Amino acid sequence: MIAIIRRFLVLLVRILVGARSEWRGCAPDPSRRIYFANHNSHIDTVAVMAALPWPVRRMTHPVAARDYWGTSAFRRFIAEKGLRAVLIDRKPLPDTDPLAPIERLLEEGRSVLIFPEGTRSTTDEIAPFRSGIFRLACRLPDVDLVPIHLDNLQRILPKGSMLIVPITCTARFGKPLRVEPGEEKAEFLARARAAVIELADGGHTA
Amino acid sequence: MTSMFSLVLAAILGLLAVASSIGFILQRRATEPGSVATVHNLNARIRSWWIMVAVFGGAILFGETSTVTLFAFLSFMALREFWTLTPSRRGDHVALFLSFFVVLPIHYVLLGTEWYGLFSIFIPVYAFLILPAVATLTGDVNEFLARSARVQWGLMLTVYSISHAPALLMLETGTPPALLLVYLVVVVQLSDVFQYVWGKLLGKHRFSPNISPSKTIEGLVGGGASAILVGTLLYRLTPFSPLQAAAISTVIVVAGFFGGFVLSAIKRDLNAKDWGYVIEGHGGVLDRLDSITFAAPLFFHIIRYWFTV
Repeated sequence: MIAIIRRFLVLLVRILVGARSEWRGCAPDPSRRIYFANHNSHIDTVAVMAALPWPVRRMTHPVAARDYWGTSAFRRFIAEKGLRAVLIDRKPLPDTDPLAPIERLLEEGRSVLIFPEGTRSTTDEIAPFRSGIFRLACRLPDVDLVPIHLDNLQRILPKGSMLIVPITCTARFGKPLRVEPGEEKAEFLARARAAVIELADGGHTA
Repeated sequence: MTSMFSLVLAAILGLLAVASSIGFILQRRATEPGSVATVHNLNARIRSWWIMVAVFGGAILFGETSTVTLFAFLSFMALREFWTLTPSRRGDHVALFLSFFVVLPIHYVLLGTEWYGLFSIFIPVYAFLILPAVATLTGDVNEFLARSARVQWGLMLTVYSISHAPALLMLETGTPPALLLVYLVVVVQLSDVFQYVWGKLLGKHRFSPNISPSKTIEGLVGGGASAILVGTLLYRLTPFSPLQAAAISTVIVVAGFFGGFVLSAIKRDLNAKDWGYVIEGHGGVLDRLDSITFAAPLFFHIIRYWFTV
């Protein structure tokens, strides 16, 4: 039953926004990875999931904010069952480790999808990255971090609107990166953000 | 209509079988990388033609409702391709939503219910006024004129113009209207195919390198003349005399040329090579229907004015 709902979600997203994938810097691979993407709209988690080929999608868990996706039974169901999401606290209590559930998944050999901007941006600019991605990369230095750029999402479902415009979205996957030995937090976050921005230029003429 | 249509369908399937065989032979012969790529693209195009003929032929056989529904879906895909490449701002969001989910369905319902009076003015008059009015409510005046023009032209090209092909079904000319639609589609698409073939075989002089680098004068003239010849020979599908069929095919072919050029010019303006990716070897739906956008309204009005009873 859940599997059917999952397939239905993917199909719905494919029809509505296309959710096409373009593998520029790496090939699809079900081995564990940390995918990170720009964050513009509610659609983007499902868009990336729908763009991943099934063997990869099966092993990938999006990371979602508990203060949004955990607030009602319906949202919780869509997030946890429909998308296999792992819910984390954006404002964790002191002495708790919000990244622990993500680490656990990666240790099991699964992949995660995170949105390091923290919140959906309201402009075309990609906001500075929060530090969670850096801490993950330091704790798991042998995991590839794959940058993803999602285009058009701002125009498909902008923040503050309930109306979906069925423009095609392409998820562009870039070259994997890792933390370099001795690399500072700010340096790494800037490099990761630049990797996403670099994928932004339209693939149509390429 | 059925026997005539079966004949046309059989001829097209025969033509495709020949094309597939030629593609197969060329594939075995091609050795240099350049020609391998060309043959690969040719075979992808032929494969897609089989699917397109099956979908279009199937819709015609099932009747008017399925034909109109197919074109509504094609318009939807074309409008989506248009807006995927064309920039829009936050202030256009509601206008775009209305284009896809209100204007397009209403327009095709008017077509399906044969309400010609409102069908012919709904987009050019009412959408033209209502959509910019809605856009003012967001208060975004940035490039307002250009944005309104894009919203309207998106609808005119992908919904209004394309819908004039299935609109042929509402015309009473004494011949089955589905045959008129088949006639239009066959002449327009053969013109494109013949241009491609003539261009590949004999093309030397580029017609308009800025707009459409692969189009050559040899391709245009040879392809156009071949399509007009076929259009003349197919006069039995229509209420036209052979001479009228020749003249009307010429109108279709010339309008089709310009449809292709105008849509290519827009693509170049938007820095894109293809409108989309859904039809293997061809690009998007709009890459295949670009000639129809100009040919369909002209063909529709010629028939409506001179040939309806």
